[in-house]
Amino acid sequence: MATKETTHLDETIPEEAEAAATFEELLAGRDVATEPLWRIRLRLFRRSFAKNWGLFTESKMGIVGLIIIAVFGLMAIAHPILMSTVWDPVIYDPVSGYDAVFTEFTIVEDDALVDETSEIGITDARFELNPTVDVGDTVRIPAQPAPPTLGGEEGRAHFLGTDPQGRDIFSQLLYGARAAFLLGFVAAFTTVFIATTVGSIAAYYGGKLDGFLMRTADLILLMPLLPLLIVLSAVVQINMIMLGIMIGVLGGFGGDAIILKSQALSIKVKSYIDAARVAGGGDGHIIFRHIIPNVVPLSLLYMMFGVTTAIALEATLSFLGLLNIQMSWGIMINTASTQGYLLSGTSYWWLLFPAGLAVSFLAFGFFVVGRGMDEVINPRLRAR
Amino acid sequence: MTAPVQVKTKPLVEVTDLKKLFPISRGMFRAPNEFVHAVDGINFAIAPGESLGLVGESGCGKSTTGRMLVKLLEPTEGHIQFSDGEYQRDVANVSRSEIKEFRSRVQMIFQDPYESMNPRRTVFDTVAEPLAVQKVGTIPEREERVLDLLGLVGLTPPEIFLFRYPHELSGGQRQRVAVARALVMNPRFVVADEPTSMLDVSIRISIMELMTALAERLGVSYLYITHDLAVARYMCDRIAVMYLGKIVEIGPTEEILANPRHPYTRALLSAVPVPDPTFHRTPVEIKGGISKAINPAPECRFIERCPFAAEVCRENPHPEMFEVGEQHYAACYRINEI
Amino acid sequence: MTLSMENLQTRRVDPNQPLLEVDDLVMHYKIKAGDVSAVDNVSFTIHQGEAVGLVGESGCGKTSAALSLLRLLPANAEYISGQIRLNGDDLLQLTEEEMRERRWKDIAMVFQGAMNSWNPVYRVGEQIREVLDTHYRGEMTIEEQDRHIEALFRAVGLPPEMAARYPHEFSGGMRQRAVIAMALACSPDLIIADEPTTALDVIVQDQILRELKRIQAEMGMSILYISHDIAVIAEVTDSLGVMYAGKLVEYGPTSEVFSRPRHPYAYLLLRSTPSITGPRRKLAPLEGEPPDLLNPPTGCRFHPRCPFATEKCVVEEPPLEEIFEGHRVACWNYEEVPELERELVR
Repeated sequence: MATKETTHLDETIPEEAEAAATFEELLAGRDVATEPLWRIRLRLFRRSFAKNWGLFTESKMGIVGLIIIAVFGLMAIAHPILMSTVWDPVIYDPVSGYDAVFTEFTIVEDDALVDETSEIGITDARFELNPTVDVGDTVRIPAQPAPPTLGGEEGRAHFLGTDPQGRDIFSQLLYGARAAFLLGFVAAFTTVFIATTVGSIAAYYGGKLDGFLMRTADLILLMPLLPLLIVLSAVVQINMIMLGIMIGVLGGFGGDAIILKSQALSIKVKSYIDAARVAGGGDGHIIFRHIIPNVVPLSLLYMMFGVTTAIALEATLSFLGLLNIQMSWGIMINTASTQGYLLSGTSYWWLLFPAGLAVSFLAFGFFVVGRGMDEVINPRLRAR
Repeated sequence: MTAPVQVKTKPLVEVTDLKKLFPISRGMFRAPNEFVHAVDGINFAIAPGESLGLVGESGCGKSTTGRMLVKLLEPTEGHIQFSDGEYQRDVANVSRSEIKEFRSRVQMIFQDPYESMNPRRTVFDTVAEPLAVQKVGTIPEREERVLDLLGLVGLTPPEIFLFRYPHELSGGQRQRVAVARALVMNPRFVVADEPTSMLDVSIRISIMELMTALAERLGVSYLYITHDLAVARYMCDRIAVMYLGKIVEIGPTEEILANPRHPYTRALLSAVPVPDPTFHRTPVEIKGGISKAINPAPECRFIERCPFAAEVCRENPHPEMFEVGEQHYAACYRINEI
Repeated sequence: MTLSMENLQTRRVDPNQPLLEVDDLVMHYKIKAGDVSAVDNVSFTIHQGEAVGLVGESGCGKTSAALSLLRLLPANAEYISGQIRLNGDDLLQLTEEEMRERRWKDIAMVFQGAMNSWNPVYRVGEQIREVLDTHYRGEMTIEEQDRHIEALFRAVGLPPEMAARYPHEFSGGMRQRAVIAMALACSPDLIIADEPTTALDVIVQDQILRELKRIQAEMGMSILYISHDIAVIAEVTDSLGVMYAGKLVEYGPTSEVFSRPRHPYAYLLLRSTPSITGPRRKLAPLEGEPPDLLNPPTGCRFHPRCPFATEKCVVEEPPLEEIFEGHRVACWNYEEVPELERELVR
């Protein structure tokens, strides 16, 4: 059937033979007709990627963001490598590791306390350590949380010290980076998938389906995300992947779906959609070949902002202790908080700042990469 | 089909009593009781190889008519008899499963060259799209066919255009790609909706010439929709003038230009600027501006603006087409008095 | 009180007195990739009461030239050299404040998209009143303004009560009339009309053009029409300039240029316009694409597309020389252009 159709086409062009002859000539030394289509497409893709990359690198902030993300990426990759090579899991495991330097203290009467580095008052000792101790006893007290040490005679290196349970903060930080990436990407992909599908379908079909999807989106948009997740966490045990999917569904079906629908609507009215329909293209052809490819760039942008939201949300939920996860940056701050170090100011800085800054920087990194991409996608924003 | 086989005289497209009403929505739960009569019972036929110009001001229903003929819009009423060799069908009511077959025989060229190509698809993807969705040929065959067509529409050498993106082409080149796409399935009938109105003057001429030359060579019929009578003069064998959903005059191009009979056609012709400073037009004054045909009154559509409106126009329904010359018809009661 | 109903109607016109003289205007757009030579060595004169047209394809610099006259160019535009003298004063030497003062009073503009000229949330009359307020601060009472707006609406053929309506209540043609009314508000010497009727239907276009012509004659104004529509320019102008790639390639009285176009580009442009009158001539297509103004061609900018191009055209730029009274052409081989006619008639 197919070949018959083509010959039918050929008959009606009298210049066919002539055209073919010149065609042969022109093709001498050219690769267009002999090269398989996929390789041409790959080359086209590489070319357009190079062009977009060029545009992206024009925004300095985007590059800064990429560097930040790359640094955190390296950290996330480094953790398992370090664990299996130089770090002893007993000491450095972010969840179950333990290490502390013990100091001998002599218990003295409260008013006889002279040297705080080697003596401890009896009231404090009974209150904090063991009610049965007496004056004159010696006790070994572990230094935890311990400040950063670079290692040496007395103990092992803890670049960022240890937490109140004697666990290595640096190891936790690296592990947290992994968790953040996992969460961020799960959330972002879910967001993009749902937002693109819902937006494109609502825009293309319109009518009642559009009405239903958009009212649902409004509903989701109106629901406050944080309280909703708090309530959900009470009902189900939320782990990292589930959290990612939840953030993705709620974010993707809410605001992002509405934004991408408006984008899809502006594409739906373009005459190339009509041309595709006149050519005989069905709904699927039009949605997948024409609408979605034109919506995806914008959705990638929202994907970047989605990662930012997810990372910040996870930190908040973990801080509130609502997630069933063992370690993340949020958990690190939560640990510091529940052990009473939250208000200790800068004296225990290593408990709060590494995790807090990591959350801020990675979220910032994804955000500014999104802004950089925005300039690639929206020609209007481009600096001329 | 019951009609006897009369291949010679049978028109390629024959439109009878074609109507399209658009409901004016008044909220979700109320059934619409007002309709815009965008196209309100029009009749015309296009012979094989002939090109008919559909001319009128914006909002007269010419684009709606074109979109119904390629089934981008469903007609509310009427018939579109399409006769191409063995394919004889009233496509006004063709079923969803049959539509793909019809689609391989008609094509459309759109107005805006910047919107008629998907910015993320190459020239090859765009031109080969009808082949791809109709599953015609293998990929190398399609590639060859596209190369031939690009050469045919004057994009030479075709290889260098094959994998370009729309933004790498000029407006004129894009419109050539659009022509190539329209012809790739070797259609019998092409609806061209203002294909040159957004192009620069000099490019406009080359696209017009290309379309005429290819139509002759490939035996394609055009329905050429335009607001520009001067362009229609160069593109069309016959012209149909539309006003508020009705065809008010139809006839051979030169006949209409030289001897317009309907008052609206006269007014329209007298308003067309002439690229000759020594030429002085005599304006035909008509009243008011074009409105919308929302639940229109039964009498002549043009009555409000017509300088010749009389009793006979007010007392009778919208006039039918009276023969005023060879193949020349006008819908006016007072053609003989004017 | 500087403005009255009377001087809306009368103005003494001396058709030999130049109103606006543009001398060797060179204007570039600075973009990252370099300088876009948008207007290059353009010189022409608009006399009192004269209607002048600038035609050319999109991107030929006609709109840039018009905006240059008003000094309304985008921030990346730079005047390289030249003078724009209005009644003898060089507009390029004025301060921004002085220029703003002149913009409505001496030169007004009618833009192409009439809808964009109006703020949708204010009544049309109020928007015209704002112009009067700015330019005649304290000189007109509210009643005088009302009367003036009424007179303006009458002048452009709109019922005066329409002044109290919002822009969306106007049809396309009425909106364009109102734009013209606004341009007339301060009774300018010159109106620049950039594609004034492009978006309009042919009957409305005809009405607007006739209205403009009538107002121009009655008020003794000058109008500079910018358009790609050669038929429109042919009908409304006294003189005509053809622009190509930032250059003025031919300039002269409209009837003269139409009957004897001598620049090959002007020739092809005028002969590629379909017409509903006269014999059905063969139209002349123009091959090729307009040049990239970042790197304009050497010599004559038209030489890559020109059927008469010689060695000289590639190297040396032709000056705009007078070949006939008031008819100037920038072409080395203008004498050969009539040959084209023979070829096309064939």
